[in-house]
Amino acid sequence: MRTDREPGVSRAPEAFPFPEHPRLLEGVRAYGLIMAMWVRSTMAYRASFAMTVLGDFAVTAFDFVTILLMFTHVDALGGYTLPEIALLYGLSATAFGLCDMLLGSMDRVGRRVRDGTLDTLLVRPVPVLAQVAADRFALRRLGRITQGLLVLGYALVALDIAWTPLKVLMLPMMVLSGAAIFGAVFVAGAAFQFVAQDASEVQNSFTYGGTTLLQYPPTIFAKDLVRGVTFVVPLAFVSWLPALYVLDREYPLDLPEWVAFLPPLVAVACWALRGSRGGRGCGPIGARAVERQ
Amino acid sequence: MRLYAVVAGGAFRRYATYRTATAAGVFTNTVFGFIMAYTYVALWDVRPQLGGYDTSQALTYVWLGQALLMTCAMMGGGFEDELTERIRTGDIAVDLYRPVDLQLWWLAGDLGRAAFHLLGRGVAPMFLGALAFDLALPGSLWTWPAFLVSVFLGVVVSFAVRYLVAMSAFWLMDGAGAMRIVSLAGLFFSGMLLPLNLFPGLLGEVARALPWSSLLQVPADVFLGKHTGWGLVEAYAFQGGWAVVLLLAGRLLQTVATRRVVVQGG
Repeated sequence: MRTDREPGVSRAPEAFPFPEHPRLLEGVRAYGLIMAMWVRSTMAYRASFAMTVLGDFAVTAFDFVTILLMFTHVDALGGYTLPEIALLYGLSATAFGLCDMLLGSMDRVGRRVRDGTLDTLLVRPVPVLAQVAADRFALRRLGRITQGLLVLGYALVALDIAWTPLKVLMLPMMVLSGAAIFGAVFVAGAAFQFVAQDASEVQNSFTYGGTTLLQYPPTIFAKDLVRGVTFVVPLAFVSWLPALYVLDREYPLDLPEWVAFLPPLVAVACWALRGSRGGRGCGPIGARAVERQ
Repeated sequence: MRLYAVVAGGAFRRYATYRTATAAGVFTNTVFGFIMAYTYVALWDVRPQLGGYDTSQALTYVWLGQALLMTCAMMGGGFEDELTERIRTGDIAVDLYRPVDLQLWWLAGDLGRAAFHLLGRGVAPMFLGALAFDLALPGSLWTWPAFLVSVFLGVVVSFAVRYLVAMSAFWLMDGAGAMRIVSLAGLFFSGMLLPLNLFPGLLGEVARALPWSSLLQVPADVFLGKHTGWGLVEAYAFQGGWAVVLLLAGRLLQTVATRRVVVQGG
């Protein structure tokens, strides 16, 4: 296997003592190992772990409670009823929760670049992206996913949808491609932190901000904002566009109906973009950041 | 007293050092401000005068929330991470030997942090919000200092709560769980997600009586001119009362902890 890294970054020794696997497989294996390590270390403090799971469950639950409280005063928000909003909410929260659990610690990259601990990751013979993604893997984020799924379940029970096989297939598709799109945003954010180390919070606007935005119907937001999350940061494909198809609702911005089926393509496109910049690009950009210190 | 002023000044400068982080934070606060503002517009469109606010007052509430989120540390963050870490590693033993009061030391630092966050993270989002939306700014000049006093009391209440949580690390070792739960309570019961006036029935009454309402609901109502005259005094008394009770509770817990608990490390 070729280790196509820039000179200056340490390279795996020629006589590599372990059997070599394709890079992707190796990355996934490393991710699994690091993840298992963090899960074990979290379990050392059980009481605290239980509280953090509960906390993660509650943090998103409060988001939904806020919507419920709003609906004690109104019957529809932006023309959408409570079950309809619950569907948007459940999809967005589940997709985001899944991604947040798998890649959620990426906002620590900036800190690692700053305090120099990224060097440790760069010299290990393991893909950096896998190490960064699994860093401080937090099992507690199951709480968030559970909450999202519960709301999604409520929405599916409460809604009166004319189900077709296609619409049924759309549900898992939305959650998976939604998680992938959010994932690409996380990786892009991590790459951005090499340039602006202290600015990790900007990432939160697109990740946490994005999921909050998607929990409400597109009709209540300004056109330009909806355009932005459709064409610039393609968050609208996480839940809005496909969910509107399931709900038989009108599309924002006069978009044609087939955009509802684009999420998997959008997700792949996002990752292809990231692959060139985030995955392999991590090397050179990281090296430059390290040299600066 | 001079010592604590120096500590506060140091904390202010410490947070002021990270300018990129501050700019990034302002950006995030602004994005969230916009998202929430649109949801509130949709809500108040259907029900004008909801909770006694008109639309522009509701929007002002949103942007005040973004301005005070960091200042009053509604979601936690700030000193308690550091303090629990010191408890966990055992460094706290050194702190207890120092000829300063542990609680006042951290309070001074937190006030310095809050002062910076009010200027650095509060003013800019509020200004940007005022550019994009029609906000209800105070008519009377006196409302501004009245608001600042209320924010100060809010910060002290917030500190007192987080100090109590940090003390729990003496028993739990890992403070993360307790901190998380309290930060959630802070987010919800401060009125950050929705004004407490909109909470129905008993939940509303309980929420308005809990200490967290001092963090946003009370200062925002002072800003919007809902508390004047004796009402203002009552609002201050509410905040001050909680501050004193919680600070004393923190002190009590600290005494118990230092007597009973064997310090880690060594």
